[in-house]
Amino acid sequence: MATPLVVSEVAKSFTMHLRGGTLLPVIQDVNFSVKAGECAVLGGPSGAGKSSILKMLFGNYSVDSGQILVNHEGRVIDLATADPRTVIQVRRNTIGYVSQFLRVVPRVSALDIVAEPLTARGTSIEAARARAEELLSALNLPRELWLLPPATFSGGEQQRVNIARGFITDHPILLLDEPTASLDAKNREVVIGMIEEKKKAGVALLGIFHDEDVRERVADRIIDVSGFSARKAA
Amino acid sequence: MSELPLLKVHELSKFYGGRIGCRNVSFDLWPGEVLAIVGESGSGKTTLLNCLSTRLTADVGSVEYHMRDGQYRNLATMPEAERRFLMRTDWGFVHQNPADGLRMTVSAGANVGERLMAVGERHYGRIRETAGDWLGRVEIGLDRMDDQPRAFSGGMRQRLQIARNLVTSPRLVFMDEPTGGLDVSVQARLLDLIRGLVQDLGLAVIVVTHDLAVARLLSHRMMVMKDGHVIEHGLTDRVLDDPREPYTQLLVSSILQV
Repeated sequence: MATPLVVSEVAKSFTMHLRGGTLLPVIQDVNFSVKAGECAVLGGPSGAGKSSILKMLFGNYSVDSGQILVNHEGRVIDLATADPRTVIQVRRNTIGYVSQFLRVVPRVSALDIVAEPLTARGTSIEAARARAEELLSALNLPRELWLLPPATFSGGEQQRVNIARGFITDHPILLLDEPTASLDAKNREVVIGMIEEKKKAGVALLGIFHDEDVRERVADRIIDVSGFSARKAA
Repeated sequence: MSELPLLKVHELSKFYGGRIGCRNVSFDLWPGEVLAIVGESGSGKTTLLNCLSTRLTADVGSVEYHMRDGQYRNLATMPEAERRFLMRTDWGFVHQNPADGLRMTVSAGANVGERLMAVGERHYGRIRETAGDWLGRVEIGLDRMDDQPRAFSGGMRQRLQIARNLVTSPRLVFMDEPTGGLDVSVQARLLDLIRGLVQDLGLAVIVVTHDLAVARLLSHRMMVMKDGHVIEHGLTDRVLDDPREPYTQLLVSSILQV
């Protein structure tokens, strides 16, 4: 089986046109790969470019140069150059992403936000909601919140909705941007258990975890991002 | 992925005398895809929408539409009668001002039923039943079916206009600032409704908006226009989160946070 995710010589900078065109280099020469059934963790100080790397792998940020090769339904796709339609297909079936913050949609209930990645792939709404209920109860989200839009939820509650949404599908690649940052100890344990299950199912996971305890429990390997830094040491 | 584009737009330009309306716009639109055209007033986005929907005639370039029979037809050379039929059946056009898209002095039910008659439906009972069904989908109570839209609130009128457009199962819908001028709670309800219908029906939509939040919520892909030109074009969340052009950066940084 092909390696699900290979990142090769990727570089990224931002041009701040509103600041007189200041060029802000972020990272360069990023090289790593993630195997099926492995959880790799991006390490390094804040501002080293960890989140930027995840966002490029999800197609959310553009890439200046290099390749992001993803095994998508038996074909290898370079996300660095893929057109928008392909990126949307890859997101639907291959790469899942748990962002730090939930982007809420007015009037859509927590349950349906979680179920949506399944219905988008053709699962019936009943089956998708049933699976969403399992995940939300595993994550101890109070049942009386399920039918409410999450706009007024606490940070930890929103994060659990976000995690359930990211974990509901069987995408072969899963990106995790600090999924445990605002969770209490009990729910952190639940998430660690869910990550273990994904690994057993052969999912390639790549995450950012500032919580050292969680990081040591889930990481098979740390990828030190400071080695890719495009900024000169001060 | 083997399916073909619904609309093929090639180097479309429109001039108003010496002024540029829109210039050299090319893109493909695929079935089920929502494309947002954003930009400030006067950037050419409505001119482009009107050229695409044949409400205006472009000076240069072509728009080809994938007809239900599988052929591509150049809209500019299509006979007027055929083009009108297309607009009444296979296309929809949602105006910012519902009064432009509705007949204000006939009942809500008739506003929806009229489009059905354009596709050949003649049975009164069936027309009324389908119209009632569509009013329900846009959250208008059946007890309002015989009222004229003059008696409706702005949000209700806009929902009625959407029902009128979607009742013929169009494949392509144009929307010009569909939530403009509505207060925010009404806007949220309408956006949620549009989002749901677009997903359920697999509609292709071209939506013009100056509201980047609307674009983010509804669209897959986004074109940013300035002075009649498309200056940036790509996946909606990428354009909004990693804008490259100076003008797009200015637009994105000008969004008010609540």
